Amino acid sequence: MNRLILRTLLSHWRSRPFQIVTLLLGLTVATALWSGVQAINAEARASYAQAAATLGTDRFDSLQPRGAETFDQDAYIALRRAGWDVSPVVEGSLRLGGERYRVLGIDPVTAPTSLPARPDLQGPDLTDFLGPTGLILISASTTLPPDADLPPVRVVEGIAPGTLVMDIGLAQTLLTMPGQLSRLILLPGAQGTQPIAEASGVVFDRIAPRGDGGGIAALTDSFHLNLTAFGFLAFAVGLFIVYSSIGLAFEQRKPMLRTLRALGVPLRRLMLVMVAELTALALLAGIAGVALGYLIAASLLPDVAATLEGLYGAQVSGSLSLRPAWWATGLLIAMGGAALAAGDTLWRTARMPLLSAAMPEAWHGAQARAQFWQGIAALGCFALALVLCFTASSLTAGFVLMGALLIGAALALPLVLATILRIGAAHARGPLSQWGWADARQQMSRLSLALMALLLALSANIGVGTMVMSFRDTFTGWLDQRLVAEVYVTASDAEQGRVIQAWATDRVDAVLPIWSAEARLGAVPISIYGVAQHPTYSEHWPLIEALPGAWQSVARGDGALINEQMAARRDLSPGDTLILPTPDGTDWPLTITAIYSDYGNPVDQVMVDVGLLATRYPDIERLRFALRTADAPQVIEEARARFGLSSEQVVDQAAIKALSLAIFERTFTVTGALNILTLAVAALALLTAMLTLQLMRLPSLAPLWAMGLTRAALARAELMKVLALALLTAILSIPIGLGVAWVLTNVINVMAFGWRLPMNLYPMDWLRLIGLALLTAAVAAGLPVLRLARTAPRTLLGVFASER
Amino acid sequence: MKVLAFLLLLPTLAFAQGFAGLGTTTQEGFATPEPGATLTFPADHAAHPDYRIEWWYLTANMTGPDGASYGAQWTLFRSALAPGEADGWASPQIWMGHAALTTADRHFVAETFARGGIGQAGVTAQPFAAWIDDWQIAGPDLTEVTVRARGDGFAYTLDLATSAPFVAQGDGGYSVKSGAGQASYYYSQPFYDLTGMIEIDGVPIPVTGQAWLDREWSSQPLAETQDGWDWFSIHFEGGEKLMAFRLRDNSGAPFHSGTWIEADGTPHPLDGDTLSFTELERAQTSGPQVPIRWRVQIAQLGLDITTRPLNPDAWMDTLFPYWEGPIHVEGSHDGIGYLEMTGYE
Repeated sequence: MNRLILRTLLSHWRSRPFQIVTLLLGLTVATALWSGVQAINAEARASYAQAAATLGTDRFDSLQPRGAETFDQDAYIALRRAGWDVSPVVEGSLRLGGERYRVLGIDPVTAPTSLPARPDLQGPDLTDFLGPTGLILISASTTLPPDADLPPVRVVEGIAPGTLVMDIGLAQTLLTMPGQLSRLILLPGAQGTQPIAEASGVVFDRIAPRGDGGGIAALTDSFHLNLTAFGFLAFAVGLFIVYSSIGLAFEQRKPMLRTLRALGVPLRRLMLVMVAELTALALLAGIAGVALGYLIAASLLPDVAATLEGLYGAQVSGSLSLRPAWWATGLLIAMGGAALAAGDTLWRTARMPLLSAAMPEAWHGAQARAQFWQGIAALGCFALALVLCFTASSLTAGFVLMGALLIGAALALPLVLATILRIGAAHARGPLSQWGWADARQQMSRLSLALMALLLALSANIGVGTMVMSFRDTFTGWLDQRLVAEVYVTASDAEQGRVIQAWATDRVDAVLPIWSAEARLGAVPISIYGVAQHPTYSEHWPLIEALPGAWQSVARGDGALINEQMAARRDLSPGDTLILPTPDGTDWPLTITAIYSDYGNPVDQVMVDVGLLATRYPDIERLRFALRTADAPQVIEEARARFGLSSEQVVDQAAIKALSLAIFERTFTVTGALNILTLAVAALALLTAMLTLQLMRLPSLAPLWAMGLTRAALARAELMKVLALALLTAILSIPIGLGVAWVLTNVINVMAFGWRLPMNLYPMDWLRLIGLALLTAAVAAGLPVLRLARTAPRTLLGVFASER
Repeated sequence: MKVLAFLLLLPTLAFAQGFAGLGTTTQEGFATPEPGATLTFPADHAAHPDYRIEWWYLTANMTGPDGASYGAQWTLFRSALAPGEADGWASPQIWMGHAALTTADRHFVAETFARGGIGQAGVTAQPFAAWIDDWQIAGPDLTEVTVRARGDGFAYTLDLATSAPFVAQGDGGYSVKSGAGQASYYYSQPFYDLTGMIEIDGVPIPVTGQAWLDREWSSQPLAETQDGWDWFSIHFEGGEKLMAFRLRDNSGAPFHSGTWIEADGTPHPLDGDTLSFTELERAQTSGPQVPIRWRVQIAQLGLDITTRPLNPDAWMDTLFPYWEGPIHVEGSHDGIGYLEMTGYE
């Protein structure tokens, strides 16, 4: 009997293939966008975890020399001889054929056995790894230029992409750092006989393991949260389609369901079969959705990878791997989404009266009650958003704020539209116009969901667009302020640095060293930059807040400047005292005299006088210089020829600007793509809603036709109504979108990146978007309206004859 | 003797290049032991990097104030990927340290590794020092040294001294390991008197006793059919010492060898045919089942003894696992000593 019921139910789809296509399409697209974003996040997180595991920073403490990039390996031997179970690591980067690779040198005999890249002490790899020619281990996804002059390469599992693992001796040679180490892995357990500093004669910062993904995961969290939010938005919008399709099917199958019930099919069994049918459909759409999501993720991933590398230096594999867990979640999401969208329909089926049609007036009453509660919920959302505006202190709270704003706006939309329509109806003249307004109000109940989807998509579009463009404008202006020097030079080593400095002093107007030290303030890494005293900085550097004489104070050696994100994260303001750590363990107290904007930098930064930095941190690398000259091309050419510097080592201002802007653009490529997709999904939602409506509305249109209105006139009226509703929605989405933009620039960006952006307005874009919304609505309404215009008179007549 | 131990312990290092010419051929440029060479001290106490493998192997039988027996092991292995020494990470030498402390019911093991060339491990002859990490045997010379090691749950500091001469094993230090002619250079110092402190779970215990040092180096692996050995070093109550081993061979009769050392240090190499080894009892350890009680007979000396372990579970759960622990000896001669067994699965 179950099979018979199922066959009967399914026969409905056979006669209306378009409907099942919309249903499946809606669910597929929703699942695809959601799981595509999840796939990107999962891939990136897996890359971080793998990178951390390759480096051993996921499980083991690290010892890093304070205020220096490297330290003498004698300190390592001294620690071993004092009984500390440490293993040496050499790290650096190597440029081969235009690509940058991370070099990781390890000592396989002391490295923790769980380090994925460590060759097996019992395997044949060890002999090659330690042999005179050496061996480089890479992951299958890493490709090396064929002409690279390197020892033999072997592909092994478990190594992060873009990383070359080799013996520590070979790494020292390739990176030209003989006898020097970058850090030590400290294995748990054995305590040495002497404290570390005493035994080694080096001040180390001990860095605790940071779990899967390590510090990079923490840095990039905000980026992934952004993606997740977008994936969720797209999913929610996609569910509107599913809701419409299922509603439509229910409406059309009402007579069939009644017949089945009248023939004696128990309600429970009918429900069971309907759930089974829905599950099967959800599974089908889920599989297709996950597959489509994979394609979306695969096509977006290269951009995401480039962004993450540009922004955070995080290496993410550009190719996507299939993860079973991700497939499973994708399917679950599809099922969950289907259940959510169908809940209402199933509930109505369960309560459907057996024989009589539901009274429209009764529905109307229920609708009024529902609207009341919807209004209360919208007010609640707005209240929550308002409170969070002032109190949001975490990224999650920021997204909750945005969610509350959007959901509140979506819930309020039908009420606002109804009010507008009521006012319109009150001023309507002529019966047709009055009917039009009133009919639009009646249509709201079904169309409102699609319009809500449209509102969400449009608001998100305006919000994100405003944020990105404000950011771009600010960023470009900021780059102009910040990159004042004409040429930037990086020497290959300290000796060359000295030679270049001497040469440039005679050759150009000013030589400004840019030296920096990495340190830790609390548990968090900071960069300390040393800058020279020169108008280049004091007249151009983009300060947000400053005490009078900020630069003079830096020159005197008692002042420091910090970047905006550091000020935000550590709640610092000008006048506060900052105590910096130093390699010899003494405190270095400084007064914060100014805060500068520092877009695109994930790390806290302090600027001090370069001479002072070199005194406090004697081991810093003295490699980078900014040159002021009116004759940049000539200076660049000379520097390259004279010192054999690569095009990477001598860069002019324009090239750096171009690079920064390119990174910026790539950062928002994905956002842009998701934005468009969301809008497309909203259009689809509107289309399915219109199709549903068309069928349900035949009974209310038929009398008008019978009274003499032509089908074409009816179709025109329908189109006008939809366009009017879309226009209203689009106009309403502008303030909501600006609200979203405000949340993005003033809350989420501050939480995620630590910088606040001025928000600019771009009215031309709103016009463009309104046009787009109307176009979307016209396209979505086009097919149903066309069908209405072509409805056979027999069908319209049938309304008066048959039972619905 | 323990040349074989190490060869089996580091199979890939030793066997990676295959069996190119058993016995006499120099492989990959490594030097090979030759009969008739003489040992020179203190130079030979230091490392011989031209040979593939080498070790400094110390075992100690000790007694606490309450009469309880203890055993200690301190071993430094050297294994070369290529002959010779080089500075820094380019050195082809790899060092491995094992330390153990055994009581009647507990057995502590620690293991550590080091690269040569960088100073993390090494050996100097005069003043003598052999070290890896914070473990060391060091003193003005090898007749008076302090031995230190520590690991999870245990530590020891032992002072060793002797006035006895070093004892050349085999033919003046040339010790044959198989019928096919594999051999090593091998000498011992079995006459150390010991005083010191051991520490178990942080509790110090003063000890006295005897210790035995083996020095051995070679370049040749075992014969392909030799899959393990049983090796005894015994201090008898009369002051005599016995070193005896059996190399098991999966293709035929085992290879036997040994040295009887008089109380004044005079060595008498033993004819393999006169040695007899009989398993009396096997027991389950934390590793595989191994023979824990033995009967050893040496007809030409009228020696007929049985051995029992202080702790049957003296399993060395190291990268290359084996059994090594103190034993008590009874029978025609009474004494104490150490037993090492490898190749059991």
